[in-house]
Amino acid sequence: MSLLDVTDLTKHYPVRQGIVVAKQVGTVRAVDGVSFRIERGETLALVGESGCGKSTTARLVLRLIEPTSGTVRFDGQEVSGAALRTLRRRVQVVFQDPYASLNPRLRVGETIAEPMEVHGIGDATSREARVQELLRLVGLAPFHAQRYPHEFSGGQRQRIGIARALAVQPDLIVCDEPVSALDVSIQAQVVNLLKDLQRQFGLSYLFIAHDLAVVRHMADRVAVMYLGQIVETAPKADLFAAPRHPYTQALLRAIPHPDPRRRGQVTPLGGDVPSPMNPPPGCRFHTRCPFAQDVCRKEEPVLRDIAAGARVACHLAETLPPFAVDSGDGLSDIATRRLALYAAAKERRASGVG
Amino acid sequence: MTPLLEIQGLRTVFRSANGDIAAVDGVDLTVPRGRTLGIVGESGCGKSMLSLSVMRLVPPPGRVAAGRVLLEGRDLLTLSTAEMRAVRGGQVAMIFQEPMTSLNPVHPIGLQITEAMRAHDPRASAAELRDRAIAALERVRIPAPARRYDEFPHQLSGGMRQRVMIAMALACKPKLLIADEPTTALDVTVQAQILDLLRDLQQETGMSIILITHDLGVVAEMADEVAVMYAGRVAERASARDLFGSPQHPYTLGLLGSVPRLDEDRERLLAIEGAVPPPFALPQGCRFHPRCPFAIEACTKAQPPLEAIEPGHLAACIRAPVESAVELTP
Ligand SMILES: Nc1ncnc2c1ncn2[C@@H]1O[C@H](COP(=O)(O)OP(=O)(O)OP(=O)(O)O)[C@@H](O)[C@H]1O
Ligand SMILES: Nc1ncnc2c1ncn2[C@@H]1O[C@H](COP(=O)(O)OP(=O)(O)OP(=O)(O)O)[C@@H](O)[C@H]1O
Ligand code: SF4
Ligand code: SF4
Ligand SMILES: [Mg+2]
Ligand SMILES: [Mg+2]
Repeated sequence: MSLLDVTDLTKHYPVRQGIVVAKQVGTVRAVDGVSFRIERGETLALVGESGCGKSTTARLVLRLIEPTSGTVRFDGQEVSGAALRTLRRRVQVVFQDPYASLNPRLRVGETIAEPMEVHGIGDATSREARVQELLRLVGLAPFHAQRYPHEFSGGQRQRIGIARALAVQPDLIVCDEPVSALDVSIQAQVVNLLKDLQRQFGLSYLFIAHDLAVVRHMADRVAVMYLGQIVETAPKADLFAAPRHPYTQALLRAIPHPDPRRRGQVTPLGGDVPSPMNPPPGCRFHTRCPFAQDVCRKEEPVLRDIAAGARVACHLAETLPPFAVDSGDGLSDIATRRLALYAAAKERRASGVG
Repeated sequence: MTPLLEIQGLRTVFRSANGDIAAVDGVDLTVPRGRTLGIVGESGCGKSMLSLSVMRLVPPPGRVAAGRVLLEGRDLLTLSTAEMRAVRGGQVAMIFQEPMTSLNPVHPIGLQITEAMRAHDPRASAAELRDRAIAALERVRIPAPARRYDEFPHQLSGGMRQRVMIAMALACKPKLLIADEPTTALDVTVQAQILDLLRDLQQETGMSIILITHDLGVVAEMADEVAVMYAGRVAERASARDLFGSPQHPYTLGLLGSVPRLDEDRERLLAIEGAVPPPFALPQGCRFHPRCPFAIEACTKAQPPLEAIEPGHLAACIRAPVESAVELTP
């Protein structure tokens, strides 16, 4: 039994127009038939362009909004009534914008203790001790509990958000672009922290990101979304070695590599994302797909099994030319050697030697 | 041939109760003709202040306190306000991260482009300007440009708006385009379109580009020369090939180690501990020393000068190259 089991989830928003009498003029299909599972201790990454429905999916999983249809089962139970209370404790969230997601009037200690109060866990003394422990876990100091959010940098605020999410010992943490607003150096600190915590507590993550390199580093499995639907899902290694959906391939080709030897390999995908109010008929990607055929314009491809653990929604998945993954050489030898020296020196400092 | 732009000893400060604090503190840079200089560094390193200084658009109470900005030998810092206005949007143009803040929301985009053109060509007729604006939109690959001409900024996607900004910036055929994080707010797919466009336009016009970004992937893809900035100063300067091939400064190493890669599996990323110090709380000596794993006593004493470690490859670190530093450590 999976920890989280999402089936055919949809969220449609009516679009109204008119000032006196608001008439519904259309529907935004923000999430349109999404299914996935997350196992214990696993990280599922959800990727896709802006507006494809990632955050809406996250809010549906957290039950911050009601689905139009579909079900969410958590630990075997459909989420409603009493199960909702369980979900509220066992599924926590970390948002992209640490500035907006912390209450500026609460001391950091109060912010971190809040979920424990809400769920009636412990008393004032034990909660205080737990706050100290959590601060240490996320790499902050005990005295930080007395400070206010504005006294912290972006990366530190994200650590506070993570401490708060951990406070009630969740099984699943929904991370909605937790590192997208951070500098690479700080992003690396937070990504390392999330991985350490996962190992330590056996956490599962629903990890939302638009940076595929971060995803490759964090995820066990990846689901690629386009216009409210999942178009491909596969174990990380498979997805990056042999992406099958033309959209996944296009995303990978669009990423510039931090390696001037590979300059000029970026190939832009043409066109803009169509409006989720009027998604194209047939395959939603056909307006931008270089392989589109007549059938693509008429029939909607379903997400189907194509290999062990891999599912793709493309009529032509079997016949498309194989994607030439240029794996690159990694860093130059000199750079690799110097990075190793850097890591060793850092290690020595951390352990107090040298 | 002289380079298109030479920045010498640039220092940009803000007045505070405790005297001037420098956001840019003694920067020397060169932008060759027809080439792209990439400037990288974490948030708050002074990248935007540097580019605003070149444009003489530093918001008060900030001001350029020292240095020279030589555009084809002419010091922009000594020009009159009127002369500088002619340079801006003439020989030098700038685009920003969020095009929405630089576009006027209540005017159709076509009008905004023709206004920019009219400022530099007051005698052109309305019909002529319209044709040229539509051609400019077409050049930045906006589909159905004649129809888009009458649309408002909010009717366009983020990528389209950035194209409109580029069209406006290029309307007067600048020799230098300063692009401050032009793709940071965009999806990778749209970023790829914009980078491709910038590269084609550079080939076509021979303009130079200063590209500011914190994405090392974008730098590797676009830049010929790279400057790594830290706390208001240049930490390392080299060709893109040398910078990635043989990174010298520990800060550059930290940045490279922080980037997750698509072509390599690493269990842990090599993060840089701590954060960039704000300009009012700079450490003594090398500004990177509180975060630097190679720091020694001497690093806390004096600011290391930017010196050639290899021909054409400068770094401001007394211990570079780091392998020799490690050999010396018992
Ligand atoms: N409350 C709402 N009312 C109407 N439309 C909405 C609402 N919330 C989201 N949408 C629309 O649903 C679609 C999906 O939005 P969502 O925020 O889930 O995208 P996302 O993938 O998280 O994008 P981003 O990468 O920009 O965060 C978008 O077109 C958005 O405009
Ligand atoms: N009005 C001001 N008064 C005092 N300091 C300022 C002012 N404006 C900017 N600064 C400081 O100058 C420094 C450099 O800022 P700048 O905007 O150039 O950084 P940046 O490298 O462009 O960062 P980012 O990547 O976030 O855009 C920052 O530490 C900033 O806090
Ligand atoms: S179904 Fe057709 S249009 Fe859709 S991704 Fe596959 S080939 Fe492209
Ligand atoms: S001068 Fe010292 S502190 Fe500065 S980067 Fe070099 S080794 Fe590190
Ligand atoms: Mg979102
Ligand atoms: Mg900036």
